[in-house]
Formats: sequence, structure tokens, C-alpha cells
Amino acid sequence: MAFTVIYLLAIVLVPLLTLPVKSFSEGWSVFWDTIRDPRVIASYRLTLGASFVAACINGVLGIVVAWVLVRYDFPGRRIVDAMIDLPFALPTAVAGITLTSLYAPNGWFGQFLAPLGIQGVFSPLGITIALIFIGLPFVVRTLQPVIADLDVELEEVATSLGANRAQVVFRVILPYLYPAWLIGFGMAFARAIGEYGSVVFIAGNMPMKTEIASLLIITKLTQYDYAGAAAIAFVLLLLSFSLLLILNALQGWSTKRLGY
Amino acid sequence: MATNQAARPARPGLTEPLVVRRALTTLALSFLFVFLFVPFVFIFVEALRNGWQAYVGAVREPEALSAIGLTLLVAALTVPANAVFGIAAAWAITRFDFRGKRLLTTLIDLPFAVSPVVAGLIFVQLFGRQGWFGPWLLERDIRVIFAVPGIVLATVFVSFPFVARELIAVMEASGREEEEAASLLGANGWQMFRRVTLPNVKWALISGVILCTARAMGEFGAVSVVSGRIRGETTTVPIHVEILYNEYAFQASFAVASLLAVVAVVTLVLQTVVEQRQRRVLDAANPVAADTSAS
Repeated sequence: MAFTVIYLLAIVLVPLLTLPVKSFSEGWSVFWDTIRDPRVIASYRLTLGASFVAACINGVLGIVVAWVLVRYDFPGRRIVDAMIDLPFALPTAVAGITLTSLYAPNGWFGQFLAPLGIQGVFSPLGITIALIFIGLPFVVRTLQPVIADLDVELEEVATSLGANRAQVVFRVILPYLYPAWLIGFGMAFARAIGEYGSVVFIAGNMPMKTEIASLLIITKLTQYDYAGAAAIAFVLLLLSFSLLLILNALQGWSTKRLGY
Repeated sequence: MATNQAARPARPGLTEPLVVRRALTTLALSFLFVFLFVPFVFIFVEALRNGWQAYVGAVREPEALSAIGLTLLVAALTVPANAVFGIAAAWAITRFDFRGKRLLTTLIDLPFAVSPVVAGLIFVQLFGRQGWFGPWLLERDIRVIFAVPGIVLATVFVSFPFVARELIAVMEASGREEEEAASLLGANGWQMFRRVTLPNVKWALISGVILCTARAMGEFGAVSVVSGRIRGETTTVPIHVEILYNEYAFQASFAVASLLAVVAVVTLVLQTVVEQRQRRVLDAANPVAADTSAS
């Protein structure tokens, strides 16, 4: 017990405390000016925007993937199922260089995008692609157990009461999956906000255009602007922390409401 | 996490029309093909682009070897520390009631919510030249940041929740009864832990250790902040991959990256095996609970 708390204090809490302290070490106005710098605001906007779009795409396709993996049978299903966790297991730097090479104008995918005038790398699109990759398992993995536990009787009742399949899916099944889906979505979103390794290669890192917040932190650090780096990081931390709190609240709410 | 039980047999009226099923399956598989399968295969294609000789050459280069050595060292220090903490934390959370328990559980998950870059940054602020302990360390000529201790600390931070999380889930499911029985029968704390708790949570512990090891070996964001990239000294395997890539040594970069990809696959395979074992233990111990926690 005491060991747990001390370890937690030493490894997590005290280091994290340095953030607010350092952010304000040069006073409120410095903190405020850093945060309001157009370059910083652009990076927050890009980070949140790309993370949100990626989480939405994963949210929609994640339902389909989870549904297909639990409900349908096809050859190689178990291998596909095991592969879902690949983005968790593959180091982000490896994912980053791989996606960059794939979507570069002469890459396997990029060669088809280039003639269409679509820039797969060094663009917000590239950032979103990387964030889709790293967020892919979240929605699938939160939905799979819920779909597997879905009471078939519920569907039987709806069907015998005259609902057609589309009505059963959209009015019975999907509403039931909603709380779990929201949690998966939120986790993918939160993960994407802080992501660095997989994005930094594909982003191109042009200030104001394709510079994500976590990269800007590193840029400030290499310029020895410690207070600036801490300020950006502190806001980033507040963002992901509030998401975590919302998630916890949602989890509590869904437990109460649905009993899982 | 994976659900490996057989798919339910389709019952007429209780599943989608065949066309819809086909379309959804195709959509799901195409998505996974483009986003998971092709990138994964690409790593190895690129790595072997200039033949086996070049591949082996890139992996056996002195800087690559020292990076591999450092990564193994970091994992060897990080994983035991986090495993011990995970056991202690899971024990405290699932076996005792105290105020602030929910807060403690949330705090354990905190490193997952913190950007890896922020994780690196906070250790720079503690131990860096201008950090809280910076001057003190400087006087004694101890290097933490841009040295191995900093890399270990950052890695401990980011890989810290895995063991605790896995254990908490299983220990909550298995309940306290068996331990209470053991205690009534005269077992002391250690005996209770070794003979009752450990066998029950063995697979969860292994699973947590596997995930923790994978993360410790592959961490990039946090390590890149504290590493300093001193060649042959503070470059881990992922950092080495980055350096090679930024020098346009693509084939060598992917060759070294393929080692990490292999670690990832081994992790996935072990995870699948361990999950099956764990389910079997749960099924045997508690058929009712196993029914709901199987997936």
C-alpha cells in the first residue's frame, strides 16, 4: 500500500507537477503569450482537428470491423482478429516511417494519390492517416465484448414484434452499443491528441500548416525555451486529462444504466 | 481483449441479408488490409530490398548492435520494476477498502493519457540542467538526461500501467473468497499470495509483463526527448531507426525497424495464447464469472 503510493508519487505525480510549476515560472503573462501565439494555436487546432476526424473514421469503421469479427465467419477470422492489436504492439516510430514511405508520391499508395493532386504526406491528410492507424484498435476492442455479450433474445423479441432487420440494427442494437462506442471513440481521440512518433515523419512539420502540438513542444525544448514547452504541454495535458475524466464519468454512467 | 469464440451461427431473420453481410465483410477487410496488412508487409519488403546481405549488414552494424543492447537493458530494468509495482497496486486496490481508491485507479491510468512527449519533458524538468534537481546532479557529475537513467525513467513512466491494469481486472473478477479461506486456514500473507493469489492471476501477470515489455522496447516519443541521440550511447532501437531514416538510409532503417516488427508479432502471438490460457483458468475457477468476462 505505502509502496504503491510512494512509487506512484515518485514516478508519476511529482514529475507531472513540474508542468504547471514550470509553465508559470516566468509569470502568467509569459504563459498566456505562449498559449496565444498563432503558431501554437494553429498546432492545437491541427492536433484536435486531425485527431477528431481520425477518431470519427475509426468510430464508423470500428463498428463494422467489430461486428464482422464477432458475428460473421470467414476464413482467417482469428488471424485478422489477432492483427487488430498491431498498432498497439508496433512501435510508433516504425509505424511512422512505414506510413510515410507508403504514402510518399513514389510509394505504393502515394503513386495513385499523386496524379489526383492529393498529397498523402506532409499534409493534414497524412497526419490523419497516421492517427487512424494508431487509433484503430480502440473502438474495435471496446465494442467486441459488448457485441459478443449482446442478448440474442433482444433481437428475437424485436423481430417477432415485426421489426425488420434494419430496424433491429438501428433501433435496438446500435443504441445498446452506444456507451461502449463512445468510450472507444474517446480513447482513440485522447490517444491521437498526444501522439508523436507515428505522426512526426508523415507530417512534414511546417509551422502553421502541419505542425502538431507535441512536435512544437520538442521544438521549444531544443530552443531551450523550457517555460514555453511546459506551457504547451500543460494545455495538452489538461485537454487529455479532461477527456479521461469524461471517459471515466461515461463509464460509470454506462455501468449504472446498462449493467456492464 | 480478443474474442476468439466461434462466430454465432446465422439464424434466419436474426442476421443481415447475405448481400449486406458480404458488403460489410469486404469493407472491414479492405480497411484492415490497407491500414494494417500492407504497412506491416511493407516493412519487410523495404528491409530486404537490397537483399539478405544488406539486411544482415544493417542489423549487425556496431551502432545498431549497441542500440539493441541499450533497448534490452532498458527493458530489463523497466519491466521488473513495473511488475512489482503492478502487483502491489493491484493488491492494494482489489483487497483493501480505503478512501481515494477510485482516484488511485485513475492515477495509475494517467500515463496512458499523457502524451509521450510530455512524459519525456517532465523528466527533463526534474533532472535536466535547468531542472529542479539539475544543479545538485551537476555538482556530483551525475547525468540523468541525455543518458541512460533518463531513458529508463521515461520508459518506466510510459509502460507503468500495463501490469497493474491486467492484474486489477482479473483480481476483481476472481474475488477475495479464496484468499479469505486460505487466511482462515492459517496461511500467512506470503503463503496466501504464493499459493492462492499468484496461481489465479498468473496469466494476467504474464500478459501485463508482455505488454509492458513491448512498450518498453518500442517507446519512441518519451525516449526521444530524454535521449540526446548520442550515437552508440543513448540511442535505443526506435531512435536508431529514426536517425537512419532521417539520413535517407531507408533500407537500413527498415531493416532495424523489422526487428521491432518481429517483437510486435511475437507480442501479439503470445497475447493470444495467454488470453486463451487465462480464459481457461477463469472458466475452471468460476463458470459464472467466466461467462461474462470471457470476452
